[in-house]
Amino acid sequence: MHLAQLNVAHLREPLDSPTLTDFLAALAPIYQVSDAAPGFVWRMKEGDEPTDLIQHDYGPMLVVNLSVWESRETLWNFVYRSAHLEVMRRRREWFHRIAEPYTVMWWVPEGHLPPLDEATARLDLLRAQGPGPEAFTFKEFYDSSDAAYLPAAAEVRK
Amino acid sequence: MTSDDLESMSVLGDPVRRALYRFVAEQGRDVGRNEAAEAAGVQRTLAAHHLDKLVEAGLLESGFKRLSGRAGPGGGRPAKVYRRVREERSVSLPPRDYRTLALVLAETVDLLGGEEKAEEAARRAGKRLAGSSGAGEAADLVEVLRGRGYEPYEEDGRVRLRNCPFHVLAESHPLLVCSMNLALCEGMLAGLGETGVAATLDPRPGECCVAFTPSKTNVD
Repeated sequence: MHLAQLNVAHLREPLDSPTLTDFLAALAPIYQVSDAAPGFVWRMKEGDEPTDLIQHDYGPMLVVNLSVWESRETLWNFVYRSAHLEVMRRRREWFHRIAEPYTVMWWVPEGHLPPLDEATARLDLLRAQGPGPEAFTFKEFYDSSDAAYLPAAAEVRK
Repeated sequence: MTSDDLESMSVLGDPVRRALYRFVAEQGRDVGRNEAAEAAGVQRTLAAHHLDKLVEAGLLESGFKRLSGRAGPGGGRPAKVYRRVREERSVSLPPRDYRTLALVLAETVDLLGGEEKAEEAARRAGKRLAGSSGAGEAADLVEVLRGRGYEPYEEDGRVRLRNCPFHVLAESHPLLVCSMNLALCEGMLAGLGETGVAATLDPRPGECCVAFTPSKTNVD
């Protein structure tokens, strides 16, 4: 099994405002780090440019990021033990603080590249029911042995 | 503290074991018996005996590795190697549980969105630590860091830190704790009046997130 992760962030200002210049400039170097990181499997891309952000139906102020990793450890090491940490420290300059969970993880079979609606369904599940084997966080993590991969599980629970 | 921790510590009562433990911990990698014996100035069989006691006590862990670095036939027989365990041991008498309190406080800072205040407080704490390091006027950054348990070492002209003194909290609240740790280190530099180096975030798997780099103004 591989580990999928979705992140969502609410922009403070539109993407073309000067506030977001550093954020956009950080994308290329950070994607270089992630794509070369041990355990990196895949991330959703909209285009060839790092600044081609993923298109979705949630409005222009929401930025999403979706990726797949070999394990908790490899994802953790990229998120918190690489140059990515410094970028995350500045998140308040660019993004609103949100009380709800803004990141979710779940297990996918190797080779499965989750579509965005699957990912947002997992986030909805986490927000509605708290962490469980089908939608969880670093802090309350579930091993793949605890997680039966049920593609329709999020739908069934609605 | 558990009674296990107390038992583990008692194993370190022997000076040869302490020397072997320190040596293995300081290398930050797998260490073979011969190398450890040489460092501690004892015979290989005695070193092996003490190293295995340290493994039994849960202070070191062992594995097998070809020390020649060559794999396959001709690479030699795998040798027994030792490294420090990742889990921490702490003994406080009488029992005190600062860890749980720290976890609760970190949770509270998260809920309140108080990261900036926490960083400011950490910067002030760093200044005080540098002032009270007991090393006198000649207090040196590396000594202060060593005294705080960071296990500093040099690499390519930079001071890196092998150990994160806040490991458990850094695992549960990485952004908050790493940011506070950086602020604490900046505070130490300010407290020491050290302007030649700057504290920067440069995290790596298995190490502390902070590294000290010569300041740009002081580079010739």
